[in-house]
Amino acid sequence: MYVVVAGGGEVGFHLAKALIEAGHEVMVIESDRRRAQWIEEQLGSVVLNAPADEGRYQLEAGCQRADAVIAVTGEDAKNLVICQLARYNCGPLGRVIARVNDPKNEIVFKTLGIQETVSSTRVLMSVIEQELPVGGFLPLMPLTGSQLELIEAEIAPGSPAAGKPVRSLKLPDGALIGGIVRGGKIVPGVGEATLQPGDRVIVFAPTAVEADLRSALFG
Amino acid sequence: MNVLIVGCGRVGATLAGLLGDEGHQVTVVDTDKAAFAHLPLGSKVVTYLGNGADLDVLRNVGADKADWFLALTQGDNRNLMAAQIAKEIFGVKRVIAKSNDPIRAEIYRGKGIETFSRTTILAVLLRAMLRQETEVGEVLMRRTLELEQRLAGEYAPDRGPAQR
Repeated sequence: MYVVVAGGGEVGFHLAKALIEAGHEVMVIESDRRRAQWIEEQLGSVVLNAPADEGRYQLEAGCQRADAVIAVTGEDAKNLVICQLARYNCGPLGRVIARVNDPKNEIVFKTLGIQETVSSTRVLMSVIEQELPVGGFLPLMPLTGSQLELIEAEIAPGSPAAGKPVRSLKLPDGALIGGIVRGGKIVPGVGEATLQPGDRVIVFAPTAVEADLRSALFG
Repeated sequence: MNVLIVGCGRVGATLAGLLGDEGHQVTVVDTDKAAFAHLPLGSKVVTYLGNGADLDVLRNVGADKADWFLALTQGDNRNLMAAQIAKEIFGVKRVIAKSNDPIRAEIYRGKGIETFSRTTILAVLLRAMLRQETEVGEVLMRRTLELEQRLAGEYAPDRGPAQR
């Protein structure tokens, strides 16, 4: 595979190194001259010293023929624009993947057309949460053509929503419980239905109120 | 109108002051408290400290109720991200973003974000001035002059308009 890695920081460098060791062809785009030089000393002629958020350099790096373009700078806004420009410049064929630093930007990126995201914060959280009785809150997908998203929330034993009927939840405006997944079956999430620990609640909500929804379910 | 401006540099602050004077409800967001010092004296605007490309910050400042949204920070990428969140997530009708890279300005215009580039605006204007094509910049230069004289007068009221 041919992979363009946008950003040659710690993540970008080690990703490029691992890809090369696995036999893939790689081009790293790094704007800092000294950093670019250093990577070249380590990995060979696989670096383009240029800003990755400018289309001409994406083309120069060969994004048109890349199987994947991966944006891994430390700045979410830059990763978003790199990915959107890559989509624009390089056609719909290759994969476009963004690193997000702030996990809530995962749903933002998906809403803005970048479906594949990786959040190191989320990955670390999931490792920790396997050890702790904390409920999960997972934005599943944006609903195309609206400002809405689909969210799955798992009710933990200590959650303030546990043991309460749905009607007593203070859901933010526009949020609607679509159903409750309990023991592999769907239970209607309305009125007197009581939330139990282990329930997975499926909610439709405007992306803008996600944080309010989280506090309604988890305190 | 309910106006939300992200980025309180010289441009954002001057615009906020103008719109506030005209009676619009203006909120300015910036990550740097010191940036609010750019606001003209006596500006009738609300300031909010935070990252204007952050979903929670934009919700807290009421982006869903904004009629006009302007992203005017120094970072093209932050502006384009903030503008897209305003348009696609909060449903703001009129969204304008500064992108000093003209290529990015053109690409995102195609995505429905109104963009402008200081780079090309100034280049076109300066070329017209050199060619003495006065019609290109006439209205712009007259309004600019009026505004600059007024602002200078507000900062040094005793001296009156600058000697010319």
